[in-house]
Amino acid sequence: MTAALSIRNLRKTYGNGFEALKGISLEVQQGDFFALLGPNGAGKSTTLGIVSSLVNKSSGDVEVFGHSLDTAHAQAKMCLGVVPQEFNFNQFEKVMDIVTTQAGYYGIPPRLARERAEYYLKKLGLWDKRNQVSRMLSGGMKRRLMIARALVHEPRVLILDEPTAGVDIELRRSMWAFLQEINRAGTTIILTTHYLEEAESLCRNIAIIDHGRIVKDTSVKALLQQLNTETFILDINPPQAALPALNGYQARLEDDHTLVVDVEKTQGLSRLFSELSSQRIEVQSMRNKANRLEELFVSLVDKNLTDEKNA
Amino acid sequence: MKPRELFIAFWTIVVKEIRRFMRIWPQTLLPPAITMTLYFIIFGNLIGSRIGEMGGFDYMEYIVPGLIMMSVITNSYGNVVSSFYGTKFQRHVEELLVSPIPNWVILSGYVVGGVARGVGVGLIVTLLSLFFTDLQVHHLFVTISIVLMTSILFSLGGFINAIYANSFDDISIVPTFVLTPLTYLGGVFYSIQLLPEFWQGVSMLNPILYMVNTFRYGILGVSDINIVFAFSMLLAVIAVLFSYSLYLLQKGKGIRS
Ligand SMILES: Nc1ncnc2c1ncn2[C@@H]1O[C@H](COP(=O)(O)OP(=O)(O)OP(=O)(O)O)[C@@H](O)[C@H]1O
Ligand SMILES: [Mg+2]
Repeated sequence: MTAALSIRNLRKTYGNGFEALKGISLEVQQGDFFALLGPNGAGKSTTLGIVSSLVNKSSGDVEVFGHSLDTAHAQAKMCLGVVPQEFNFNQFEKVMDIVTTQAGYYGIPPRLARERAEYYLKKLGLWDKRNQVSRMLSGGMKRRLMIARALVHEPRVLILDEPTAGVDIELRRSMWAFLQEINRAGTTIILTTHYLEEAESLCRNIAIIDHGRIVKDTSVKALLQQLNTETFILDINPPQAALPALNGYQARLEDDHTLVVDVEKTQGLSRLFSELSSQRIEVQSMRNKANRLEELFVSLVDKNLTDEKNA
Repeated sequence: MKPRELFIAFWTIVVKEIRRFMRIWPQTLLPPAITMTLYFIIFGNLIGSRIGEMGGFDYMEYIVPGLIMMSVITNSYGNVVSSFYGTKFQRHVEELLVSPIPNWVILSGYVVGGVARGVGVGLIVTLLSLFFTDLQVHHLFVTISIVLMTSILFSLGGFINAIYANSFDDISIVPTFVLTPLTYLGGVFYSIQLLPEFWQGVSMLNPILYMVNTFRYGILGVSDINIVFAFSMLLAVIAVLFSYSLYLLQKGKGIRS
C-alpha cells in the first residue's frame, strides 16, 4: 500500500542561512493518526509547510499518496487538507464565504461547495456564525473555521499544525472526538502538538523532531514501553522522620508524609506495599508523577542536544 | 485539474475580487466618481470654456476620453496591487498555495478582477461625463479593445508591484511617482501638438500617451499617434508582464519562504 505521506531526506535552509531541517525522513501510512512532536523551533511547521507547498524545500523528496510534489503537485495537493499554525484567512470575509471560496479553488461547483460548507460548519459548531465576518470569531472558533476550510474538498490526509493551541479543555476534547471520527472514516491525520497527553491519547504513531532531525520515529505503544521506571508519589501515615528502608526500591522523602518511589517495570508494586506495611506505614493515597511521556520527551531532546554538542 | 474545474477556480477568484471592491465601495468606487466630476466641472466647464478648441474639439469633449482612461488605469492598477498585497499581508495567499490551482489561473483571476474594477469605474465616469457632454463613439471596436488592453496591462503591473511590496508604503510609490505623472503628461489634458518639438519627442516615449490617444481616437476619431503601433506595443508589453508575473509566482517570490 502506498504511504499517505512519504518524506525522504528533506532539507531546508532558509534565506537567512538558517538550516531548519537537516535531512528528515518519515513515512505515514494510510489511515494512521500520526503526531509530530518537538520543542519550539524544532522544524515541525517547516516540515508541514513544505508538504503543503507553503515553503520551498532545499532538497529531498515528498510524496503524498504516491504523487510527488515535484512532478504531480496538483494531484498531491488534491489529497491534502491543511490547517496551519497561524490564522491565515481573510479577516474581512464572512465565515461561509471563506469555506466556499476555498472549495472553489479545488474546482468544486458552487452548489456542492455550499452543501459541504454547511455540513462541516455544522459539524464544527460554526453554523450559527456563518454570516459573521471572520475577524469577529473567538480564537477557538477561528481554529475550527480553518478545520472546516481544510476539509471542504474532502482530502485523504488532514494536516494540522497545533490544532488545539489556545483551545479550552472542553473544546479540545470535542475536537479530539471529531478528529477521531474522521480518522475512523478513513482520513489519515497528521498533527503537531506540544501536549503529550494529546499525542498519547489520540495518536498511533509518533515522530519526535528536534533541531531539524528526527530523534525518534515509533508507535506510541512502543514508546511507552520504553519507559522502564515509573515514579509514584505516596501519602503516608504516620509521618516519618527518616526514609524507611525499602529493599531494592529507589525512594526519597519529599516531606515527612510524602514518599517518592521509582518503580521499575520488573519490580511491581505489591512488594513495595508489603515492605511498607511490615513497618506499619499506611499508604493513604497514591498517584503517579507528571506525564511519563513528557519525561521521555525531555530525555530524548536532551540527548539530542548533547549529541549535537559532541558532534 | 479538468478544464471545468479550472474555470470554477478562476471564477471563484474573480468573484472574490469583485466582492472585495464592492464591499469597500466608499474607498474604491466613490472617490474616482467624485474626483472626475470635479475635473469635469473645473477643467471642462469653468476653465474649458475659456480654452476654446483642442484638436478641433470642445475642450470638454477633448478631455473626457483622457479622464475616462485615467480612471481605468489607476483603478486597474490600484485594485490588483492592494488586493494581492493584502492577500500576502494577511497570509490568505496560503489558501491559494495549498490548492491545486495553476499559477496562470491565479494570475488571470486577479487580472480579471482588476479589469472588472477598471472597466467598472470607467463606466461610472463615462456615465457621469454624459451630464457634461455628448459622447459619440467613433470606433466601437478600437474603444473597447484599448480599454480592455490598458486595463489588463495595468492590472499586471499592479500584480508585480504587490509581489515585490513589503509594506503598505511600497504599494503607493509607483502610483504616486510613476503612474500619476505619466498620466498627466500622457495627453489627458492637452494635445502634444502644443508642445515644442523636443518635448513632443520626449512625450512619445511615454506609453500612457499611446493608450490615451488610441482611446481618444476610438471616441473622437483624432489621435496624435499611430494606432496600429499602439496596439502592437500594448500586446507586446502585456505578453512580457504576464510571463514575468508567472515567473515570479512560480518562484514563489515574496509568498513562499
Ligand atoms: N521564514 C523563516 N526564515 C528564517 N528562519 C525561519 C523561518 N521560519 C522558521 N525559521 C526557523 O526555523 C526553525 C524551525 O521553525 P519551525 O517554525 O519549523 O518550528 P516549529 O517546530 O514549528 O516550532 P513551534 O513549536 O514553535 O511552532 C526555527 O529556528 C525558526 O526560527
Ligand atoms: Mg510551528
